Amino acid sequence: MFKALPDLLQAALLTLEVAAISMILGVLIGLGLSLIRIHMKGPVMWLASIWVELARNTPALLQLFFFGFGLGAFGIHFSPYLIVLMGLTFNNAGYLAENFRGGFGAVPDTQIRAARSLGMTAFQTYTRIVIPQVLRIVYYPMTNQMVWAVLMSSLGMLVGFRELSGETQFFASRTFRIFEYFAVTAVIYYIIVKIILGASRLLAMRLFRY
Amino acid sequence: MQPTETFFSGFAPHDLWFLGEAALRTLWLSLLAISIGSMIGVVFGWLLSVSRIGGGFVLSPLLDIFRSVPLIIQLVLFYNFAPIIGLRLDAFDAGLIVLIVYTSANVAYVARGGIEAVSQPMRRAARSLGMTYWQDMRYVVWPIGLRAVFPAWVGVALGVMKDSALVSVLGYVELLKASQILITRTQETILILAIAGAFYFALSYPISLYAAHLEDRWNQ
Repeated sequence: MFKALPDLLQAALLTLEVAAISMILGVLIGLGLSLIRIHMKGPVMWLASIWVELARNTPALLQLFFFGFGLGAFGIHFSPYLIVLMGLTFNNAGYLAENFRGGFGAVPDTQIRAARSLGMTAFQTYTRIVIPQVLRIVYYPMTNQMVWAVLMSSLGMLVGFRELSGETQFFASRTFRIFEYFAVTAVIYYIIVKIILGASRLLAMRLFRY
Repeated sequence: MQPTETFFSGFAPHDLWFLGEAALRTLWLSLLAISIGSMIGVVFGWLLSVSRIGGGFVLSPLLDIFRSVPLIIQLVLFYNFAPIIGLRLDAFDAGLIVLIVYTSANVAYVARGGIEAVSQPMRRAARSLGMTYWQDMRYVVWPIGLRAVFPAWVGVALGVMKDSALVSVLGYVELLKASQILITRTQETILILAIAGAFYFALSYPISLYAAHLEDRWNQ
């Protein structure tokens, strides 16, 4: 039992890694999607909307199956790592896009016009006026999404990805000590989530001092 | 010449019936989980809001467990734990119990938010008008708090509906499991995943639109 612990912790790192990468990609894509939905019209905007609504209104597991087995039907095969990464990124981007849209909506138009009339370029306006305010609004939803990403990555065990849950499944089916192994894994998840929440609180204290 | 024997047979109209039945099971499972879980969750939320010690130090960490451990792990754990304490549960019962606890843990924080959204002066005013504590709860806190957090509650409910797909891990044949069974037989992955996805989407999208609409109207 305890011999498995190093392997489980190693797998926990993998969980964190895939959640973190999917979160970074999700933030970037989500930002793009929300800007497209705010500023653009026509097919591009529809595509962005379809992405967001599909990600938000279907089970994450189904999305994962789609990337895993659905694309497989077209002869496109990915490693389990990539399947989980793409599934999580797709999901994160959809949810974050909606959060960002709420955040952008909360910054009054008058501020943007004021910044532009002070001679700032559109890029400067966004990076110096809009984004800092939006970040404050979407910070807690983003923290939640990060926690969600960690929890969702556990679905990887169903597509054969050996992250924390998959590794646990592997050990459990080898030894038939299902309850014991999954109990340990539950504790590890709990600790990971607490660490993320604690770290985000510390970061918030540093970021939002003013 | 004889046609080659094959294990697989194409997607037939009666398979839609099979999927439909499974969809009803998904619906029934999530309806039960959401309604029972929400009722328990509201009580938990009330406990969280009234008691700093009992709520903050005892109940809150307990509820946190169900929000910080992946649902799939909770399902596997409980399904394997039940026989240890002598319970004989089938996949539906075990899945339902886990979903109820999961829903109530999430609803508890929503409910607490709703209770705290009602300002203290308003509640004192209600009490000074001679209302009892429960009258204040029923006629002041409930209508105002409900408005404040109804969209959040819809979000939780839809989340549970989507997460009920995970009960398939225990072998309960709900929509996702049924589509996997069909995929194994027909080998038409994309079509069947799309049908299953369309069902979830058709259920979830209108409700989330309606919640967003309500939120907009109440914000004005």
